[in-house]
Amino acid sequence: MNAWRNPGIWLTLGVVAAFSVWPILTQKAASREVLFTMLLSVVLASSLNIILGYTGYVSFGHIVYFGLGGYVGLYMISSLKVTLWLAIIGGGLASALLAFLLGRAILRLRGAYFALATIGVNEAVRAFINNFKPFGGPIGISLNFNVYKDYGGATQSLWLAYYLLIAIALGSIVLSYVVKSSKFGLGLRAIREDEDAAEVMGVITPDVKTWAYVLSAILPGMVGVLFYFKNGNIEPGDAFRLHFSIELLVMVMLGGYGTVLGPVLGAAGYQRLRGFLLTSPLFKDIQLSVAGALLLLIILFIPAGAVGWIRHRVPVLRKVLP
Amino acid sequence: MEILAFVVDGLLLGFVYGIAAMGLTLIWGVMNVINLSHGPIIALGSFGVYLLFTSIGMNPYLALVLVAIAGLLVGMLVYAIAIHRVINAPHLSTLLATFSINMIIIGLGTALFTTTPRTVNYSLGSLTAGPVTVLGTRLVAALAATLVTGLLYLFLYRTTLGKYVRAVANNRSAAELMGIPSSRILAFSFGLGTMLAAIAGGLIATFFPFTILSGGVYELKSFVICVLGGLGNPLGALAGGLVLGAIEGIIPKFLPTTWVPVLEFLLFIIILLVRPSGLFGAKK
Repeated sequence: MNAWRNPGIWLTLGVVAAFSVWPILTQKAASREVLFTMLLSVVLASSLNIILGYTGYVSFGHIVYFGLGGYVGLYMISSLKVTLWLAIIGGGLASALLAFLLGRAILRLRGAYFALATIGVNEAVRAFINNFKPFGGPIGISLNFNVYKDYGGATQSLWLAYYLLIAIALGSIVLSYVVKSSKFGLGLRAIREDEDAAEVMGVITPDVKTWAYVLSAILPGMVGVLFYFKNGNIEPGDAFRLHFSIELLVMVMLGGYGTVLGPVLGAAGYQRLRGFLLTSPLFKDIQLSVAGALLLLIILFIPAGAVGWIRHRVPVLRKVLP
Repeated sequence: MEILAFVVDGLLLGFVYGIAAMGLTLIWGVMNVINLSHGPIIALGSFGVYLLFTSIGMNPYLALVLVAIAGLLVGMLVYAIAIHRVINAPHLSTLLATFSINMIIIGLGTALFTTTPRTVNYSLGSLTAGPVTVLGTRLVAALAATLVTGLLYLFLYRTTLGKYVRAVANNRSAAELMGIPSSRILAFSFGLGTMLAAIAGGLIATFFPFTILSGGVYELKSFVICVLGGLGNPLGALAGGLVLGAIEGIIPKFLPTTWVPVLEFLLFIIILLVRPSGLFGAKK
């Protein structure tokens, strides 16, 4: 495949992999936690980018797939006593199924109406799970400590979750690249530019949009299982936090939407910045305000994000920056 | 008969929800912007009334007038800083620009006021008619909301400035060609929207405890109401508010209260899908 001759994608994968193995080499739990948050954001932002950046549909409540995946996964582990592997697949499939069922209906809406509908979906699912007894209602699900024994104890489980996350993160970048360089991705971008024109040109828009939505939901569902497995418990208020959902949009915007590298860069950069603001004595009380002000400056002055800006300024790099 | 009390209670609250939603829907109608800083502005309105009441003992309803004026000015400022540059950009830009304002207000508000719930200890007694007992503050809030709606209607349909607002909402470039200063009208309309949010927040402060974060709940309710009444239709918003208030009043009679948001948001999605112009909007 010609697309794989692009050095940009190998460089991206290489850099992410290099950063990811750092905690493994040093065996430091603290840097592992930092990288865990970053890689988690990379997966979520890259997945969101498929529907947001490529297709141009602003999914505001995308966190619903992360939370739902986490819930289904933890339910499978604690009540059905299945292994983590199966639970991860279950979480991904549950999210994909919800996206498939919803996609047909809400992807008919365009622009801000779609954005509003996704907020509605997130809130409806949150409120429903809050009342759903098998998932523990408002208390949520807590994993019994014995569960971790199957994976060599609590410490070993944390490392296992980290290894799996690295694999999924690299997978999410590959998926993002494959979608972008395929004919399917071309259809998505045609929809983004002009949906009616795309339809006239022979793109079967309802199908294409639905599959893009499903693809953008699978990996968030899978990492949801990993995150809450590592966390040990899950609650409705935490799992469907609209605020986190919007932070994902911010990451995609920061890095540059519609590019493969953008969400990766944006996710890592945003989490790094957040970590810095939270620990800095000057900003820690008003870290949210500082982050908001920075976001505003970027939206107003560099709307294409970092990667978009570089591509615009240095045309030579357009071929190599995926 | 007990159900009547629930419904009346819900309806009175619905007036206040309606005012908050009216601000959101007005901004949407005039400039196609979903204002994600709506919730924090509602909370700021609550804090405005609270601070004036606790520090200098001002009557909450008098404080509300000052809060309304401040809301108008804050809104125009927000428009100038955050929205003017991206008003013609895709939806994502305006959504995130208003969300960044949301983050700034919440961040500063949390640092200044913490997240301890505050209450305005102000009572107007209560009124009993048959099986129905209503709190005085809620009754006055509903009356104030009706008054504000009436004034807004008069403003939009009986004054030249209101005509300008409607003209810009209808067709911005045509309005510009007619010599209407559209940027200033947009700023003013945004200010009107935030003013309504601040008023709603101030009214809420007179009967519910609040924090800087509690605006988020009312923002979500406002979304539901706007869709019920038809996005961009201010009078529909009041009607939508009443419907939502009634639903919130009636449902707890039949189901646990925690089911209320489930049904609200399901209704929200269904209406978006089936009738995006709202229950009361004309079919496009």
